[in-house]
Amino acid sequence: MIRYAMVIDTKLCIGCGDCVVACKTENKVPAGLNRDWVVEATTGTYPDLKTEFRSERCNHCTKPTCLYACPTGATYRWAGTNIVLVDPDKCTGCGACIAACPYDARFVMPEGYVSKCTFCHHRVDKGLDPACVSSCPTRCMHFGVLNDPNSKVSKLLASRPHKALLTETGNEPQVYYLI
Amino acid sequence: MREEILTTVRANPKVDPHVATWGWQVIADLFLVGLTAGALIFTALVILGRREDQYGFTARRLPLVGLISIGLAMTFLFLKLTHKIVFWRFFGDFVPTAVMSWGAWLLQLVIAAILLLTLQGLRSGYPGLAGPLEKFRIGTLALDFAERYRRAVAWAGVVLGVIIAFYTGTMMSSLDARPFGSSGLMAPLFLASGLATAAAVVMIGTRSAEERLLFSRILFGAMAFKVLLLALTLASLANGSRVQIESVQMVFGGDYTRLFWLFFVIPGLLVPLVIEALRLRGKRSGWMIASPVLAIYGAYMLRQLVIEIGQVSGYVHYVNTYNPALLDLLR
Repeated sequence: MIRYAMVIDTKLCIGCGDCVVACKTENKVPAGLNRDWVVEATTGTYPDLKTEFRSERCNHCTKPTCLYACPTGATYRWAGTNIVLVDPDKCTGCGACIAACPYDARFVMPEGYVSKCTFCHHRVDKGLDPACVSSCPTRCMHFGVLNDPNSKVSKLLASRPHKALLTETGNEPQVYYLI
Repeated sequence: MREEILTTVRANPKVDPHVATWGWQVIADLFLVGLTAGALIFTALVILGRREDQYGFTARRLPLVGLISIGLAMTFLFLKLTHKIVFWRFFGDFVPTAVMSWGAWLLQLVIAAILLLTLQGLRSGYPGLAGPLEKFRIGTLALDFAERYRRAVAWAGVVLGVIIAFYTGTMMSSLDARPFGSSGLMAPLFLASGLATAAAVVMIGTRSAEERLLFSRILFGAMAFKVLLLALTLASLANGSRVQIESVQMVFGGDYTRLFWLFFVIPGLLVPLVIEALRLRGKRSGWMIASPVLAIYGAYMLRQLVIEIGQVSGYVHYVNTYNPALLDLLR
């Protein structure tokens, strides 16, 4: 499996929300719905507090519980990769995938089918980065193939301390945060 | 401290502030499928034990209740779907990892079994319904077929009843992302609940004192087993992962404490259990009819709470200060 990953540098992210706007524009996400979002996380005990901004979205897990839970095969992996997509023509809107996703990254479109971040696979297919990565003004977001040890994402993960979200679920998320 | 605040908008309907994708339709569906499972099992066991004359309601009339229940359950499930136009896709594929896919196919077998069990009891149980059916040759053939093969169908019915009741519980337990329902004990708990519901229906429907006494015993046993399984479920969640512990805290001092104990455990489990215990000790009184009614109410509340608390519990808890109503001002 070709493993695409997104690597986000929390030291550079300023929480501007450009990634959110870029996604809505690129993918024509209807008003009131969001495929990605930014979280400001504060941890520690005063005065030793740490704040980080995280641009979050579907984690395109290599063990996606949403895909396993889908009863119609509407949720599938794109072209031998870990990119998880939804086929609107097969999605009944039963909600099993929404309940199965620990990241609450899925939602129902006004037409009734389920939608979520696609890692902009239509752009990836043309050799482009996802819209959120391309639009980031601080260049804190990176995208690439983890199978290639020479890719930028592989090198970043090899050289910097990092984390992924909710790894305890066993879903093997593929959005990483440099810390 | 650990505080996670959304700095951009995230207000996806039925996902934020917490998942609420499954509402009353799924709750009613699971409740009614449980009732069908119980009806299937009891009718089949009476037929296999050759006690049709002794327990006439269970053998001949209960299957119709199950058939109506499964029909309503399927209707409610259809109503839940947000993309109804492709509902047939459930039967376009079989996904072995998806519990709901198993359910979609198993329910077809269950519908066939409960339909045949209904038909086998129609002539003696509901002559008013059998009469019009027998005016058609195909109707007569169907009734003859169901009567001839009722023991074979009964064998299948017992197996299918247990499996489909287990399925309703497994639907919940398979969702690790919804920790409150994510316990392996959900399957037997939902089976016990389905049996209790069907036993309660027999107690309400039968006119035979002997049949009522038998199902009073069954109801008592099923309710006692249910209480035990529920206690074990809570204990196992309390000893589980961080999110499971957090989820069970919702019924021990959290937002769902009052609803869980005052509106489910006491009236839906303990009161019918005590009433049935009194009945088994020989006490008879008109108000005791409340017991099966409360048992049915408790079965519905079990599904309501497992689904609702299950969806509220989860891994993601952002502080969300966005007010979706503001969007209307922009339009």
